[in-house]
Amino acid sequence: MSNSNKPSNRRKFLTNLTQIMGGVGGVFAVIPFLSTMSPSEKAKAAGAPVEIDVSALRPGSYKIVEWRGKPVWVVRRTEEMIRNTLEDDKVLSDPKSLGEHQPIYTKNKYRSINPEFLVLVGVCTHLGCSPLYKPNAKSAELGLDWNGGFFCPCHGSKFDLSGRVHKAMPAPSNLEVPPYYFASDNKIIVGEDGEKS
Amino acid sequence: MDKFITWIDERLPVSNFVKNHLSQYYAPKNFNFFYYFGALAIFIFILQIVTGIFLTINYKPDAASAFASVEYIMRDVEWGWLIRYLHSTGASFFFVVIYLHMFRAMLYGSYKNPRELLWLFGMLIFVLLMAEAFMGYLLPWGQMSYWGAQVIISLFGAIPYIGESLALWIRGDYVISDATLNRFFAFHVIALPLLLFALIYLHLAALHTNGSNNPDGIEIKKNKDANGVPLDGIPFHPYYTVKDIFGLSVFLLIFTFVVFFMPELGGYFLEKDNFVPADPLKTPEHIVPVWYFTPFYAILRAIPDKVGGVLAMGAAIFVLFVLPWIDRCSVKSIRYRGMSYKVLLTLFVISFFGLGYIGMNPATPVLTWIGRLFTLIYFGFFVALYFTSANEKTKEPPDRVTMHD
Repeated sequence: MSNSNKPSNRRKFLTNLTQIMGGVGGVFAVIPFLSTMSPSEKAKAAGAPVEIDVSALRPGSYKIVEWRGKPVWVVRRTEEMIRNTLEDDKVLSDPKSLGEHQPIYTKNKYRSINPEFLVLVGVCTHLGCSPLYKPNAKSAELGLDWNGGFFCPCHGSKFDLSGRVHKAMPAPSNLEVPPYYFASDNKIIVGEDGEKS
Repeated sequence: MDKFITWIDERLPVSNFVKNHLSQYYAPKNFNFFYYFGALAIFIFILQIVTGIFLTINYKPDAASAFASVEYIMRDVEWGWLIRYLHSTGASFFFVVIYLHMFRAMLYGSYKNPRELLWLFGMLIFVLLMAEAFMGYLLPWGQMSYWGAQVIISLFGAIPYIGESLALWIRGDYVISDATLNRFFAFHVIALPLLLFALIYLHLAALHTNGSNNPDGIEIKKNKDANGVPLDGIPFHPYYTVKDIFGLSVFLLIFTFVVFFMPELGGYFLEKDNFVPADPLKTPEHIVPVWYFTPFYAILRAIPDKVGGVLAMGAAIFVLFVLPWIDRCSVKSIRYRGMSYKVLLTLFVISFFGLGYIGMNPATPVLTWIGRLFTLIYFGFFVALYFTSANEKTKEPPDRVTMHD
């Protein structure tokens, strides 16, 4: 050992290297701590995508499944119903679905991947009630200009057959479309974006 | 006794500490009303820690039992209602005191050279305090706890690219759930109080390095007597300990009046919706944050774009951090500053109150437009200050502090 107070270059290099390695180790040691805050396996299982088989769904009828504690609707729309939704534009507050209440691949005039199948989160965007399915046009209850859609019994919000809210309703926005994709022609996976999108 | 003190001092210099920070720590003799709030903030911090400890003894951080355990504290635990109301009222008063404390710094230029770091520590304390209050508000697991947290956490989701995963990581679930409640409890009772404690220590250490500013905004250490004691300084103890105890008495009079007679303060301190258990399937009619967040919430809502709103709200807080560098005027106190600063500060205060009011109310089109105007004034204050402060027409500050006796 030399008596000089000045550390040699060799020593400086080794000190710096040790500090850097220690720092890198320290950073990696943080990972397990931060990871504990990610959704646990249990939470992931409870929030996993759900599979819906629509082969038995007759045209015009609908089906409710639960996904992450919320009702999800799948409506098999008839040709007529699809035509009706296209006529609704003038009574809707956001006919072009400009509000971000759907994944980008359903931001079209049918609000769906395949116009025949409508997938929606069945929770009113007003206060979270679940609206009712009223597919028939010109009903006594909802008036002659009713083209079919969803009606919220809590505060009377009306939505068309694509889940778009009518003008001047308590609900501020269109019904939410969850992320989904078709695994096959008759199988819809709700809760996950498809690979193609 | 003397021997005992000597014995201690040889091992830990307690007497020196008392001298340096109390009995021979010289503070300017011209402190006024606005100088109560630092000491009061420390008092409330201790009050929150103590009442918090006693609340955790009976509280259950579990989504299934949290709401009921709070009701249990209120109804069945002896004096539980008092501890809880002290804690909930204390949270609101903490912000009253901190806002006044910050306003004092703006009045007298306390953030200026050489106290910039002191201000930065203070701002960090302010931000952590907001986090602490926000997380604490989730714990009773009422409707407003739940939906307030829903709104605030979804703000993180607005950040491009990483937003959604970040929000998921914060919640620990796809929705606000037991996982979220549990972690907020951990942060609220352990992590943030420890950090706050450390920052308050640094805040005080930085304060005692250069000493307090004062209403005249001049450095008392520039005029010292033969013994090196500032001519305009008086020992903190007993002079300011007594003053602060008097201030504390008046504060407690007001504070306990609220605790005993109006702990909900008409829905401002404890919102009505929070007396309903959290229900993930039912959103309350108006989701309103507690009053101390409303100025920033109003800024968020003023911007008709989600990401833009979040950025504006973040900027509204961040811009305060750099205030010492935005304000380029060398004169500290408003007493000797130009008309421009007086006008700007008045407008700033009006906009802050205006935003606070707007943030508490439903977003009608008219209020939204007024909110935008106030947001413009809020940020305009900093922009205008940057440009006017460098060449402000100031008066000459006195050499010695002024007294009105």
